[in-house]
Amino acid sequence: MTKPHKYTASELLAILAARQLKDGQVVFAGVGVPLLAATLAQRLHCPGLTILFEGGVIGAFVEPGQLPPSTNDQRCTKRANMVLGSAEVLLLLQRGYVDVGFMGGAQIDQYGNLNSSFIGDPDHPKTRLPGTGGGNDISSLTNMIVAMKHEKRRFVEKVDFITSPGFIRGNNTRAESGLPQGGMFRVVTELAIFSFDDVTKRMKVLALNPGVTREEVQDNTGFDLVFNGQTSVTEPPTERELSTLRMLDPDRLFTA
Amino acid sequence: MPKRKKRPARQWRRARPMNVIQDTVQPYNVLRENLARRDRSLREKVVTLEEAASFVNDGTTVGIGGSTMSRTPMALIWQLIRARKKKLSCSRCIISTDGDLLLASGVSDHIVSSWFAQGILWGLSKVMRHHIEGGHARYDEWSHMAIGMRFRAGAMGVPFMPMRSMLGSDVAKRRPETKEIDCPFTAEKLLLVPALNPDVALIHVQRCDAYGNAQIDGLQFMDIDLAMAANRVIMTTERIVSNDQIRRAPDQTKIPFFCVDAVVEVPFGSAPHECYGVYEPMLDHLEAYVKQVNSDPVGGMQKYLDDYVYGPKDWNGFLSKIGLDELVAASRRGRSIYDD
Repeated sequence: MTKPHKYTASELLAILAARQLKDGQVVFAGVGVPLLAATLAQRLHCPGLTILFEGGVIGAFVEPGQLPPSTNDQRCTKRANMVLGSAEVLLLLQRGYVDVGFMGGAQIDQYGNLNSSFIGDPDHPKTRLPGTGGGNDISSLTNMIVAMKHEKRRFVEKVDFITSPGFIRGNNTRAESGLPQGGMFRVVTELAIFSFDDVTKRMKVLALNPGVTREEVQDNTGFDLVFNGQTSVTEPPTERELSTLRMLDPDRLFTA
Repeated sequence: MPKRKKRPARQWRRARPMNVIQDTVQPYNVLRENLARRDRSLREKVVTLEEAASFVNDGTTVGIGGSTMSRTPMALIWQLIRARKKKLSCSRCIISTDGDLLLASGVSDHIVSSWFAQGILWGLSKVMRHHIEGGHARYDEWSHMAIGMRFRAGAMGVPFMPMRSMLGSDVAKRRPETKEIDCPFTAEKLLLVPALNPDVALIHVQRCDAYGNAQIDGLQFMDIDLAMAANRVIMTTERIVSNDQIRRAPDQTKIPFFCVDAVVEVPFGSAPHECYGVYEPMLDHLEAYVKQVNSDPVGGMQKYLDDYVYGPKDWNGFLSKIGLDELVAASRRGRSIYDD
């Protein structure tokens, strides 16, 4: 058993996120922790994982120590199966070829809506964030895993702006908005793993990470979390997971 | 193959101007008339960077090729800044430090994109924030696929494309140019996004011939649709090769000569960004840039423009300021994509 504090929060995040992927899946990965976690999964339990990048890459196989600074850099294509246009790779989501979308997030709400556009009033924003990139397309069209830091200001009751839709306002509002497919599947943080209620579509706690209490998760969350009966406890990162992760990101580009 | 004499470069006849920036779909007949007026004959089009920049008129719409830090037509953007262009409306699928430069120099006051920062490694662009939050410029946000569908509609000669993302989000709500419809076949909700036919596209490639037949290695992003959609195309290229060489590998040609109005040979024309298989991004330069401009988005940016854009005698002067060590290191990494 690994002792506490032998890993950083972002290492834990990458490892727990990687565990959510299954061999044989087609996963559309954003840059940062998702790219790293998908690559980690590929080196561990998912050798048959197919990774897509919005720059226009199918079947990426990122090299250790050569993590690309964006999903539009040449490094994304090394040892890939195919390069294609950005619109073409995004259209694969629309057609339905992608099993899982895998992204980070700046701000999320109880229905899994993500905001990466504005903090404050969009007409007079306190902060103009970079925007959606492919995030809106991915979250609109496939099942999503989001890996993000757990802070009260990031886990809010209602996002200031829905950049990438989760379940909109819960219940059937996502489908009624014209998004009949996909939706939030998992949210992974350094504190816990979350899923969404089948009916209300509100975020619920699936598992707590090692040493984390219910109170701690709730205290760091800006809305009331659903705790349904038994919540399990996540297995801590193994030596193999940690050493593989550090081999992939020796410069701590995404796991500082 | 036939030889053609080079004709002297001349100011392009101006396409019929649009009355509203970028948000309006051009009527089909206008689109066709603008295209019919272009000289699409097989002719040599090689011009200098200065001449190419003079073809871009103030107040027009400009589509920028590549994505993020890749195959950015940086040399031409750099020249547009030196030529003190004004009020360009610039669209790019994902825009990075080139967006900073366009806003801070006053060349552009309107960016159409899906993502705008300096790069994921550096968080938010303080330059973008200064200009957008301060109301000095507009940044219209679309989803990445929506930008692609807008260029594609433009390339197809149709006024819109239907798509299934952006629905239900606030991204669509903030874009009055979109229309939500019930599909006439299935009654499903669809979002229509309007065609984007920029007045001029700026595209950088690894190689093309003097006629403009352009070959792109690696990631092509949205450049083919962008070239077909635009009313003019200025192609900058790492090297100009013979038409015979193009014809030896026609499958590599991604943009045909009749889309292209000018060709400029600019080695390291995407620096400090990358050009696939030739050089990777020059991250030392970019890191120093980000540090300087994010600590002072006005003064730091002005100093960068003075030192790196207005100051150098020419593009090679700019490259010299980046420095030989970094150019060599970036080239070495760039070419390594072809190593086993």
